[in-house]
Amino acid sequence: MNLKTVAELLGADVLCISGCLEEVEVDHAYAADLMSDVLAFACPGSLLLTGLTNVQIIRTAQMLDIPAVVFVRGKRPQEEVVKLAGQVGMSLLVSTKSMYETCGLLYKTGVFPCDIPERGGESS
Amino acid sequence: MTDPYVVEFTVEGEDFLAAGEASNNIKETLKMLGVPSSICRRAAVITYEAEMNLVIHARGGTLRAEITHERIELTARDEGPGIADVNLAMREGYSTAPDHVRELGFGAGMGLPNIKRNADTLHINSVVGKGTELRAVIHFDGEDSSGGGKRRAML
Ligand SMILES: Nc1ncnc2c1ncn2[C@@H]1O[C@H](COP(=O)(O)OP(=O)(O)O)[C@@H](O)[C@H]1O
Ligand SMILES: [Mg+2]
Repeated sequence: MNLKTVAELLGADVLCISGCLEEVEVDHAYAADLMSDVLAFACPGSLLLTGLTNVQIIRTAQMLDIPAVVFVRGKRPQEEVVKLAGQVGMSLLVSTKSMYETCGLLYKTGVFPCDIPERGGESS
Repeated sequence: MTDPYVVEFTVEGEDFLAAGEASNNIKETLKMLGVPSSICRRAAVITYEAEMNLVIHARGGTLRAEITHERIELTARDEGPGIADVNLAMREGYSTAPDHVRELGFGAGMGLPNIKRNADTLHINSVVGKGTELRAVIHFDGEDSSGGGKRRAML
């Protein structure tokens, strides 16, 4: 699904666009408020959904080549966050819906989850 | 590349705005050297978690990457408080991070486990009161054990 479709589906505000929204495809998504969780389990190139809005979200996403972040519950990041996203070519969306509903809408439309490896032993 | 290619950055303690810059610079360097993106991401997770630990736990330090034909060696060095029990610190969920760090989405005690998962070898030398040296190596020919699997949704 391209980001324009994502934004329309969620009724999301677009804060920052890198290039053309139609050209960025996301077929997986990961949702978390813990950055180490994102670093452990988000698949590269996936869409990140989060309730946090600090600058480290952008840094974290950048490490995993995540092209876009959706902030949920209508939380808006500060100007410096939007600025950094612009600098690194990341798109930012704000959904007024809850984390649950935002995820649900995307899941229902066929955006895949990232795989979580078996717990207990070493993941590989 | 005949000689090792080396980049090194200083990381300031408690600077949550700049945290991640050094890791991003290293990631850009690796990309520029033509390192495959799956390996770039593994290195990025290692350096970023290590950089956050320098910022959060160690009053800053240095982050260094040495790249040869065979491997990438990533080193985080600090003169912070050190880690009394490294085995305990390696455990998922163990964290001494304060609340203001948790509010930023860090301090879940998953940093060192994340580093281990993405490294082919990991060595941590730490002396309480002196500091910590973390050294992680990724081999180019090693099997790519991470990078995030993908699964089809069961709709
Ligand atoms: N460079 C360091 N200096 C001192 N203590 C550290 C350092 N890195 C990690 N630690 C200790 O190890 C613990 C676990 O680290 P980590 O797995 O990254 O989790 P977190 O950073 O979320 O607490 C930390 O809470 C801290 O007590
Ligand atoms: Mg950590």
